[in-house]
Amino acid sequence: MSTAEQNPGLGWKGAAAESTPRPPANIGRIYIPDRLLGWIIPVSVLLAWELLARVGILPPNWLPAPTVVGKTIYQLAASGDLLKHVGITLARVAVGFLLGASAGTLLGGLTGYLPVARKLLDPSLQALRSVPSIAWVPLFLLWLGIQETSKITLIAVGAFFPVYLNLSVAMRHVDPKLLEVGRLYRLSSFQMVRRLILPAALPEYIVGLRSGLGLAWMFVVAAELLGASSGIGYLMVDGEMTGRAAVILASVILFAVFGKTTDWIMNAVGRRLLGHRAR
Amino acid sequence: MVNNGFDQRGTVNIEIAHKAFSGSKGTLLALKDILLTINPGEFVCIVGGSGCGKTTLLRIIAGLETEYEGAVFLDGKKLTGTGLDRGVVFQEHRLLSWLTVHDNVGFGLAGLPLQERSKEERSRDIRHYISLVGLDRFEYEYPHQLSGGMSQRVAIARALAGRPEVLLLDEPFASLDALTRMRMQQEILRIWEAERTTVVLVTHDIEEAVYLADRIVIMSPQPGTIRKLLPVSLSRPRDRTDREFVRVRKSVHDHLFAPGGMTNLAPDNF
Repeated sequence: MSTAEQNPGLGWKGAAAESTPRPPANIGRIYIPDRLLGWIIPVSVLLAWELLARVGILPPNWLPAPTVVGKTIYQLAASGDLLKHVGITLARVAVGFLLGASAGTLLGGLTGYLPVARKLLDPSLQALRSVPSIAWVPLFLLWLGIQETSKITLIAVGAFFPVYLNLSVAMRHVDPKLLEVGRLYRLSSFQMVRRLILPAALPEYIVGLRSGLGLAWMFVVAAELLGASSGIGYLMVDGEMTGRAAVILASVILFAVFGKTTDWIMNAVGRRLLGHRAR
Repeated sequence: MVNNGFDQRGTVNIEIAHKAFSGSKGTLLALKDILLTINPGEFVCIVGGSGCGKTTLLRIIAGLETEYEGAVFLDGKKLTGTGLDRGVVFQEHRLLSWLTVHDNVGFGLAGLPLQERSKEERSRDIRHYISLVGLDRFEYEYPHQLSGGMSQRVAIARALAGRPEVLLLDEPFASLDALTRMRMQQEILRIWEAERTTVVLVTHDIEEAVYLADRIVIMSPQPGTIRKLLPVSLSRPRDRTDREFVRVRKSVHDHLFAPGGMTNLAPDNF
């Protein structure tokens, strides 16, 4: 059933391709693979930045050279401070995200499946959602103190809503035509949820988890900026107080690297769960 | 078809006084006074324009519509809801995208008690029906890797896996291209001859009905009633260009378009 069999016109082309497996190189033009194209701008900017900093056009206390930032990260790592700060930030994100995502899964599942639960809970949760989450900070500090509890609560609140919302909506919007298939085979309510509704809602649920994780990272920054004695956010504040721009930049990079890494892991897990499903 | 012997199952008795849908614009009488007996192993096609209630009728037999006046009996037993004794194929394949062909075909068997059908029996059944619809090589593929015709074959295998007495098909080939549709029509005949189940197929394609059916039920809308029961005595395989075939087709056409047979006043999707 290959197209080559059906279309004799393609026959000679296939034969020609066998003798010359690759298309001829672009002679007289610089050939840049597409995947390298995206690197041109960041690499050029870094080079220019390094150059301008070394010449002294950029003041070092304002924008230190990339190599200086790199050295700062290295020094932090060597002193053991890096491990401590990164460790505590990761722990906050992990605990906050797990709590928020669990609550989101539970309530999202409940409101997604039971119309009564949705009518009861959804309006209140939507009302809470309309409060920008950072606005809770003073209240959390007042209630829960400046220690870990208030930070983790804030992160959990951030992670909760996307997970809750996506799961709830996805479960409600499962194609009724598929549910009819479940009815044909007389599935019980529990089987309906386990064998039809949850698998059908899984792609959106994973999207919810990913945005929840993204928000968890956003809120860990907020929490650590607002009052912490450790963590990457604390490093930032410390860099600002002591006028060390290199430390601030190093922290920004650390946030980016770890945020991206956890997102990548979550994405990989999600792909694994979705298997060969059509996207 | 020879339908002698008491052991042959799959008799459907339909006695529907009326079936109405109530919507925002009042109630609509979808079916009225439907009396029909379908014999074991018979291939019946229900033909009619949109709004004649043919899909509603099929859904009542399937047990998906339960609010109506009357009763449907399968081998003398009154039907109350859905069951594995009836296999259903819809216009859309309705396969589950997260399951392989194998698991889709076996989807309905997972709920059966083990003593009713053992694990080995199940996987043998699943293989048998996948093979029957000609998809052996695709057993572990996912639905998105299949064409429309292949997906519909999987849907047919899924409907058969419950070993139903009646196979109910609701415009199963309507969304396939013309050539695939003709091949699937041959396929469903081959499957029917192999399985010997009773088949009820709803279609708006007159040629399809004449090609497939032992008997054609012609319906008219507003309210949905049976206008004519037309036996088709042409021998199989049927030739669509044969003079007798064309004559039967014209006869179905005339019944459908006779005054009162097709009114375009009926809303869609009933």
